[in-house]
Amino acid sequence: MRAPDVTTPRRGIFAFSETWVGLRPRAVHPGAWWAWAVCLAIAASRIHHPLLLALLVAVAGSVVMARRTDAPWSRSFTLFLRIGLVVIAIRTIAQTVFGVPSPGRVLVTLPSVELPGWAAGIAIGGPITDTALAVALTDGMRLAAVLACIGAANALANPKRMLASLPAALYEVGVAVVIALSFAPSLATSVQRVRAARRLRGRNDHGIAGWFEVAVPVIDDALARSLSLAAAMDARGYGRTLPMTPRARRQSSTLLLTGLAGLTVGVVALLNAQLATEWSLATLGISIILAVTGIRLAGHRSPRSRYRPDPWATAEWVTICSGAITVAAVIVTSAIAPRMIQPVLIPMSSWPLPWLATGGILVAMLPGFATPRPADNAAQASVSPPRIARWESAT
Amino acid sequence: MIRFESVTMRYPDSDAPTLANVDLQISEAELCLVVGRTGTGKTTLLKAINGLFPHFTGGTLTGRITVAGRSTADHLPREFADVIGMVGQDPNDGFVTDIVEEELAYGMESLGLAGTVMRRRVEETLDILGLVDLRHRALSTLSGGERQRVAIGSVLTTHPSVLVLDEPTSALDPPAADEVLAVLQRLVHDLGLTVVLAEHRLERVVHLADTMVHLTGVGQPIEVGTPADIMATSSVAPPVIELGRLAGWHPLPLSVRDARRRATGLTTDLRTRRAASSTENSDRNATSAGLLNRASAAVDRKVVGQIRGLTVAYGGKPVLHGIDLDLLAGQVMAVMGRNGAGKSSLLRAIVGATQHQRGTVSVTGHDPATLPAHRLVRTVGLVPQDPSDLLYAESVDAECAAADRDAGTPAGTCRGLVEQLMPSISGSVHPRDLSEGQRLILVLAIVMTGSPALLLLDEPTRGLDYPSKRTLAAILQDLANRGHAVVVATHDVEFAATASDRTIVLADGEIVVDGPTAEVVVASPAFAPQIAKILAPLPLLTVDDVRALLEDEVA
Repeated sequence: MRAPDVTTPRRGIFAFSETWVGLRPRAVHPGAWWAWAVCLAIAASRIHHPLLLALLVAVAGSVVMARRTDAPWSRSFTLFLRIGLVVIAIRTIAQTVFGVPSPGRVLVTLPSVELPGWAAGIAIGGPITDTALAVALTDGMRLAAVLACIGAANALANPKRMLASLPAALYEVGVAVVIALSFAPSLATSVQRVRAARRLRGRNDHGIAGWFEVAVPVIDDALARSLSLAAAMDARGYGRTLPMTPRARRQSSTLLLTGLAGLTVGVVALLNAQLATEWSLATLGISIILAVTGIRLAGHRSPRSRYRPDPWATAEWVTICSGAITVAAVIVTSAIAPRMIQPVLIPMSSWPLPWLATGGILVAMLPGFATPRPADNAAQASVSPPRIARWESAT
Repeated sequence: MIRFESVTMRYPDSDAPTLANVDLQISEAELCLVVGRTGTGKTTLLKAINGLFPHFTGGTLTGRITVAGRSTADHLPREFADVIGMVGQDPNDGFVTDIVEEELAYGMESLGLAGTVMRRRVEETLDILGLVDLRHRALSTLSGGERQRVAIGSVLTTHPSVLVLDEPTSALDPPAADEVLAVLQRLVHDLGLTVVLAEHRLERVVHLADTMVHLTGVGQPIEVGTPADIMATSSVAPPVIELGRLAGWHPLPLSVRDARRRATGLTTDLRTRRAASSTENSDRNATSAGLLNRASAAVDRKVVGQIRGLTVAYGGKPVLHGIDLDLLAGQVMAVMGRNGAGKSSLLRAIVGATQHQRGTVSVTGHDPATLPAHRLVRTVGLVPQDPSDLLYAESVDAECAAADRDAGTPAGTCRGLVEQLMPSISGSVHPRDLSEGQRLILVLAIVMTGSPALLLLDEPTRGLDYPSKRTLAAILQDLANRGHAVVVATHDVEFAATASDRTIVLADGEIVVDGPTAEVVVASPAFAPQIAKILAPLPLLTVDDVRALLEDEVA
């Protein structure tokens, strides 16, 4: 077993934070990471300033570097960055090739296609100006930055702990997801094993018939395993319920259903510009309260308790508040000085740097060093440690 | 604690009850061992204790089962979670979470215990089972013995008064099995737990039991009594008991220690007989000296398989390193070593199912990895760890017909082999409904249809009782005598001693020992079969060896 290595300093500029914070290593609540990331994503979606967007991604990345674990999902940040690059590329190509003609200095002229009269205003090909290119790139960056924020949440929040924090009424759904997640790899090995076995019967694995024959033992295996897992879970008390009166059950399901219906109506109303925003917001608010109460009531039926739940303490508040400050700073800036956050892109030398938004984004770095660092989780170590050699001495 | 009152259990699709009129009482702090041949209902009996039978498996149960005053008729299995801890055959099937500590807490979470209680109990359980260093480890990275201990720990945290275990050591190598059984013994002695245990490999547990339940056959009355009483007539018996029966000892010694103390007379007798027979004439010596007869039985010792410098690695991690091996016709070779030592990898590399990084494998002059599939089956055959991987058809007959087609042999060849090996297998049965032993024999017949020069078997004895293992050992010897080379990977030392004439031991991907079984296993306390331990320093490995020596002198 790898001993938790408390003394080793962490990477780069965050090395100092270990002594500075002096907190016991633990994981920050996954909900806090998601809230922080969503705040950053909202901020990113409102920014049309390339420098600020780059800063925001850098800030998110630095927090990921400082607070991620060795878990498999921690690598997802780079994956999301790569997807972001692809998005920028697609967006740029689409907007410059199919975009409306825009003023500015012409960089290159593509061969253009003559469109019929009813499609006036849309051009394929034609001249590409520097403004069009800059706008397209910035738009792409905005999408990429939102993606990066989601990637940061993915890398920082342990999905299983997230499921464990679900309310009791949704617990059973969570268990189903966890089991499905752990079954997928074993199904893959099962397929491999059976395919190898087919060769032992003197058959080649070509053709659809071959796949059917592989499927039979694999599905058989998976079914048998799920049945024995179900039996084992039941024997360990899964699904024990407290007695609940029929009236209480009716109440909780009515609340839940009404809440969910209201939620749907509210969202549709909000998206429909013709309806009054106040009304749809009110509907949404009331339905959320109804649904939450329903879930709570239903949760009373389950006697489950939670072992070592993730605490919600100062670090979580710091994380959430830093995200909130960022989004507030960006919104305020865009309200009082829209040109600062959506500058004229060409010429580049005219880009302003709004101090409020810049500062706000920098605040989002706080969780990178003001939260406890994650415990070195040996659970994710994929290499099995050597077992004590007892036999050599015996032989 | 546990009470069965005239209980009859019947599965829905069978016409005869699996267990009939069971009356049984297991009192507190008792270790009760359930024994019986394969398919006599050991697992069914265990499952009935907390109501998994019939609530989960289907079927009908008449009579009454009560545990701690609660009847299984009125309570579901989940309502017994605080009283009964149930550990199934394969711990992997029962794991719900993926980290040791969370797995230990799972049962308590279901019961809704307070956080502080859970913390304390998890720490206690980590100590009792020696899991402290593993607490943050992912379950998938644990060894077999560690997994089994976690599985036991995960049911102990709810503080049950009854622990039910179904073959907890069947998938473990000897040291890991000892580890688990030592834990069980401590639980009975220190915590006063009632333990109900079903086992096939009795040699390790029979002396630990207080009472024994013997299932004599499907629908037959059960026998309950002290281990010594039951073992005197039981249908399954470990070698130590068989030796005791042969020597007519009363009461029967249950452990190697007891037997060795009783055996002084027998050892002297056997020694003089050996000496006498060796002076008589050397030819007879060869047949009478037990293990020596196997070493010289082979007619033709030509090399069937040749392995040179075989190196296999998975994902950069070396599993086998520089293996050199000659597999001889007419020889049964046992491959031993702890779980994960590379036994299965060696067999898979020989048939070409795993790619090897370096070295050569040649079976009758061909590399199995490059042979087309239809020629492979006539060159080398492998019975995998889970034989049902090779079964796809709807019935035994369809399976046999397919095997004939695959191997290009005349129709009926495979069915003929099945008849020869185990005539009791009916052709219309679905392979899934066969017993563990029958399924193994069916797969063996399928693999042997192409009459491969080299036959490999991976852990064939899992789930087999003593008579079935004896049958299998005889079949393998017979195949060897007919000129096949046979390789068996196993951690069942008694089976290796009975079935093989050469043993190699793998450790850390290398061959550490290679020699005649008699010499290899006697030299090692971990591998020595019970008879060798009892009669040391006489080089006798099995009861049959002893019997042969005794009878030979009489004749």
